[in-house]
Amino acid sequence: MKLQFANKDLQSGGREADRNYAVIADQLTKIFGNFVAVNHINFKVKRGEVFGFLGPNGAGKSTTIRMLCGLLVPTEGTAKVDGFDIAGQSDDVKARIGYMSQRFSLYEDLTVEQNIDFYGGIYGLEGRRLAERKRWVIEMAGLSGKEQMPAHALSGGWRQRLALGCSVLHEPPILFLDEPTGGVDPVSRRSFWDLIYDLSNRGVTVFVTTHYMDEAEHCNTIGLIYNGRLIAAGSPTELKQNLNRYSIYEVHCTQPVDAMELLKIQPWTAETSIFGSAFHVSTLNEPDTPKKIDQILARNRIAARKIEKIIPSLEDVFIHMIAEEDARKTGDTGV
Amino acid sequence: MKKGISLNILPIVHKEFRQIIRDKRILGILLFLPAAMLLMFGYALNFDVKNTSMAVYDEDQSSDSRDFIQQFFTSDYFLKVRTLSSKAEINNLLDGEHVRVVLVVPSEFSKDIQQGKSTNVQIIVDGANSNAAATVLGYINAIIQQYSLKVMAESFMRIGGRQVTMPIDFQPRVWYNPELKSAKFLVPGLIAFILMITTVISTALAVVRERELGTMEQIMVSPIRPIELILGKTIPYVVISLFATITILLFGYILFDVSIKGSIFLLSVITLIFLFGGLGLGMLISTIVETQQLAFMVAVIVSMLPTFILSGFVFPIRNMPVFIQVITYIIPARYFLSALRAVILKGAGLSAFWDDAIFLTIYAAVMIVVSSLRMRKFLA
Repeated sequence: MKLQFANKDLQSGGREADRNYAVIADQLTKIFGNFVAVNHINFKVKRGEVFGFLGPNGAGKSTTIRMLCGLLVPTEGTAKVDGFDIAGQSDDVKARIGYMSQRFSLYEDLTVEQNIDFYGGIYGLEGRRLAERKRWVIEMAGLSGKEQMPAHALSGGWRQRLALGCSVLHEPPILFLDEPTGGVDPVSRRSFWDLIYDLSNRGVTVFVTTHYMDEAEHCNTIGLIYNGRLIAAGSPTELKQNLNRYSIYEVHCTQPVDAMELLKIQPWTAETSIFGSAFHVSTLNEPDTPKKIDQILARNRIAARKIEKIIPSLEDVFIHMIAEEDARKTGDTGV
Repeated sequence: MKKGISLNILPIVHKEFRQIIRDKRILGILLFLPAAMLLMFGYALNFDVKNTSMAVYDEDQSSDSRDFIQQFFTSDYFLKVRTLSSKAEINNLLDGEHVRVVLVVPSEFSKDIQQGKSTNVQIIVDGANSNAAATVLGYINAIIQQYSLKVMAESFMRIGGRQVTMPIDFQPRVWYNPELKSAKFLVPGLIAFILMITTVISTALAVVRERELGTMEQIMVSPIRPIELILGKTIPYVVISLFATITILLFGYILFDVSIKGSIFLLSVITLIFLFGGLGLGMLISTIVETQQLAFMVAVIVSMLPTFILSGFVFPIRNMPVFIQVITYIIPARYFLSALRAVILKGAGLSAFWDDAIFLTIYAAVMIVVSSLRMRKFLA
């Protein structure tokens, strides 16, 4: 069960340094009418890493992944996938990628085996190789004994694993996953990520979009996309260091919404956001912040049960960065 | 990975067949609809006018009038249901369902004929069913013409005293469909009609369904080329459509005695050309509409209705207003029908319908090219 790579074909792919990257996006842009869905983004995905593409709905995640897979033609800019140009060499690109979207894209009326036969077939697998890969997928997805079941009879987690299996039948060196875990229960999500790590350990580059923060923590590199722009990229640790200038406090109190409003207007407050029954305040690094928070709340007859300095989560980082981006943008248009 | 001229079609063909077979309803519709429609149209859509019920009022009561009246009942076109004894009985006779035609022979009939004068007979026809009435009037006209000629010849003989041969011996023969059975006329039309349904509707649905389910996207990220996808998706429907054609021909032969007079090879070729036109149209629809429901409606409107109404399948084109006749020139089924009737009923060769064949070829080529271009655009 070893994976074969198509790296031999890299010579057609251009510059020497590019060999280390599975995906290189250069000023990639997509405009639908008046709407700029993806706005001149640049990034590089290293071979063999799990690259997480994060952002709120409508930020341009799917549009980007669809351009990289050859489903959409970029309005401007270029990208290379496994060294091949997505516009000019889309046939080469298509042979080297696997793609799976949230919609799973299985034929509901066909059985597990027939789905595998079909997807194997369109990638040109046949005979012994198809039989071998079929065994691998059925085992990987835990579908042994269910080969003759129609796909519509499978539960969400199984269908999702079967869809993943179908998209890597041809052993692509690069795998694109567009919100692959949408609508799947937490246990299935966990086991799905185990499969992604497994593929990654075998050398497959995984490009995955998500809006689950816990999934983002699992990625080697994260790109944050917001309003069509890539506003941050780096490893989860690097991104968290962006917040070193700030301290994050988690505040448990009565009337958290009112408390947040009070703290938001303080000059030393950078950002507030609600987290469950508590809220987070990011402030400039000053020693007596907890005391100041307590005083303000007390003055307004809000009892603070707990004010605790915490290590920022990725969610804190993203909320902070999106707020900064919004501020920058309103500043831009205001001038 | 496959490259070059080899086409990777089989996986798609295989899958498509599996889906068709699994969906018993589609399979049933594709295989049994043709037979059911043939039965329905063959027996119900009957334009033959036979055994028309006729009432006779013979005022003359001469041997001439009896001879004349007898002409009507030697064929099986008319059936004498009443003999009237007074003119008053004619009133209200046509109101019921029992009598469609009344023939009145006036009292001076025999006298006029004997004197070599022109005479009149009265025919009253129930015009409620105008098609049938027109046909019946045609029959009556032919019978009276023939009788007039006979009378004329006899009077010549009497005057000239010698045998006179009829200047024109009017002996009508209907070729190709001698019994004038509607079923024979309908079988070719049904083939066109059913092929239009199976090709246009089923291909349009088959492609749009994949778009709706999102499986099309999965195919589009694979190295499958548009031409492979198009061929792979259409070949199964070509096979099924050909099967449907054979079913219709077989049932046509068993039930209505319609045999193929001409070359089966020509028939297959012209049918294949027509099929490709239909498949192209189905593909084209699938690149324009997004939901199966809409695809079905559009397919029915652009394929089934024109084929039924404007191709000459049921309604003769020459009876249509001129501007509608102009529209029929862009309906492929019109040409296919004319070619099919030529091959099946007349046993004609290509020389009889080469113009139809050329149009069908152009139509198929345009449809395939346009739909492939559109398909390529959204697949790329």
